[in-house]
Amino acid sequence: MKKPRILIVDDEHSVRSSLREWFLEDGFEVETAEDGLDALRHLDDGAFDLMIVDLKMPGMDGISLQRRVREIDPDATIIILTAFASVETAVEALKMGAFDYVTKPVDPDELSHTVRRALERKQLSEENVRLREKVSELSGATPILGQSPSMRHVLELVESVATTDASVVIRGESGTGKELIARAIHAQSPRRFFPIVAVNCGAIPETLLESELFGHEKGAFTGAQYRRKGKIELAHGGTLFLDEIGDIPAKMQVDLLRVLESHRFTRLGGTQEIESDFRLICATNRDLEELVREGTFREDLYYRIHVFAIDVPPLRERREDIPELVEHFVHKFGRAMGKPPKQLTADADQLLRSYDWPGNVRELENAIERAMVVGQGNRIRPEDLPLHVEREAARPKERSLEALERDHIERVLREESGNVSQAARVLGIDRGTLYNKMKKYGIRSG
Amino acid sequence: MSDELQLTFLSGFRPAWAGELRRRAGEVLGLPVRSVQLDLDLRTFHAPEREQYHATLMLAELLRHLPPTGGRIVGITDVDLYIPVLTFVFGQAQLGGPGAVVSVMRLHNEYYGLPPDESLLVDRAVKEVVHEVGHGLGLVHCPDYRCVMSSSTYVEDVDLKSERFCPSCRALAAEGIRERRRAAGS
Repeated sequence: MKKPRILIVDDEHSVRSSLREWFLEDGFEVETAEDGLDALRHLDDGAFDLMIVDLKMPGMDGISLQRRVREIDPDATIIILTAFASVETAVEALKMGAFDYVTKPVDPDELSHTVRRALERKQLSEENVRLREKVSELSGATPILGQSPSMRHVLELVESVATTDASVVIRGESGTGKELIARAIHAQSPRRFFPIVAVNCGAIPETLLESELFGHEKGAFTGAQYRRKGKIELAHGGTLFLDEIGDIPAKMQVDLLRVLESHRFTRLGGTQEIESDFRLICATNRDLEELVREGTFREDLYYRIHVFAIDVPPLRERREDIPELVEHFVHKFGRAMGKPPKQLTADADQLLRSYDWPGNVRELENAIERAMVVGQGNRIRPEDLPLHVEREAARPKERSLEALERDHIERVLREESGNVSQAARVLGIDRGTLYNKMKKYGIRSG
Repeated sequence: MSDELQLTFLSGFRPAWAGELRRRAGEVLGLPVRSVQLDLDLRTFHAPEREQYHATLMLAELLRHLPPTGGRIVGITDVDLYIPVLTFVFGQAQLGGPGAVVSVMRLHNEYYGLPPDESLLVDRAVKEVVHEVGHGLGLVHCPDYRCVMSSSTYVEDVDLKSERFCPSCRALAAEGIRERRRAAGS
């Protein structure tokens, strides 16, 4: 277990050295500073779990130092040490956010208790942040649905890669649920008790992405009023999920590669190297190999992140999963809106199965949400669905022979309640041929 | 270089139980122990405004009396010790260093208005000497309240713990002794 780090700031050498010995014997890592400026220099070299700061010091006094420290790190835990016990100074120190104050000379038991309470509070507050991340991660979680062979294959890959620490690239069109797959990998990995931190590289302007990923020190740029931890640092112990990795700018690709190689980085405007132990999962809807050929994506970064790849199929290639997805969304929005779940009319059901869903599961989810809002009674009818779904699904399409064959097999299987032998008879082919075709098109019988 | 622990009774403090302390500390630590008398001018360390004696300065002076053959030295006194930031200390050691100082003043029952109990006093003194030597061997405070290395800020804490190391601290203490022997041999 990591030893807690304490910084003792006092202008009296004897106080510094005796406190240092005292805390070393208690198993702490201890550093000392003789005045406020010296303390700030120590802070540049790394954060402390606790600071014990003398109130009266030449130059910058304890209160001013505390103000400066909290400007840099609002989470700093500070105990004020004072030989001049007075209500005013104590109240001022506490108002400024000091954890507590003790008067010199302090009873050994009181000092031990105060320090222990301060460290416990810090630990609880850090744990609280971690749990909040976890709760928001869990409360927003959507299960991965689908029994189609292609989705079952995806879930098998998720299971096999989850327990490793390998980098994963998840490929798929927009709305196919790449982030859900990333979260499923994280949830089954040994890192699951630490957060998964997601960054959408395509949604953040280039100038902000750097600070978002690496964090920044106070004053690193205009508006950087506080030290802020970046997503890489926050992902320590857990998983860093970089969505739309194909959109990452060229300069950031170099920086990211360096972090992936060493797991060390510095915050913007900082000099201190920070270590972060994270597992990387990336997602993209672009063809990374094509981007490498074009020269817009670094080849070395491609190989670094591309240890394991998972392809998430578009919804049109797993239409048999649509009923299960619809049922899930109907219940989800029903609960949220306080409405009873609705049933699809046969026409609406046919419409949803015929439409190509270019926006994939996300588009289906939006369509069901709309239907739950506008629909009357306990049925979802075609007119409750977005207009373009109805129009597109109804429009005769120039379709390939294979697509027609697949649709026809699906329809016959539905009509024969999934009985393969019956369906084969209707189709005029033998069971073996039907099974081969079902396998080819990813159709299941049930 | 010697392994010996030198129990040094300071400035006229000659308790009748010195022999028992030497025997029991030696048994727990597994080190040869001898006791000596040393006259220091304790006034040098006295802080009149506190009516106490500066433990760090006393320890620094004591280290000058470390035998040339090396080993460890623990000064034992009956005056009250302090370090500047704390109201008092039972003793002080250098973490991983050869010296320590222990005060028995607050180990007496009489200090707390209770009837004298020499047997209890010796128990407490043994625990404090072993504890400070433990720090000298590089051990930090132990979370096991029965271990002699658990932290004691009140005499009740001293009574609660035993004079022995827990298995984990025993292994670390043995390693500390071996380490020192290796360093001396190299």
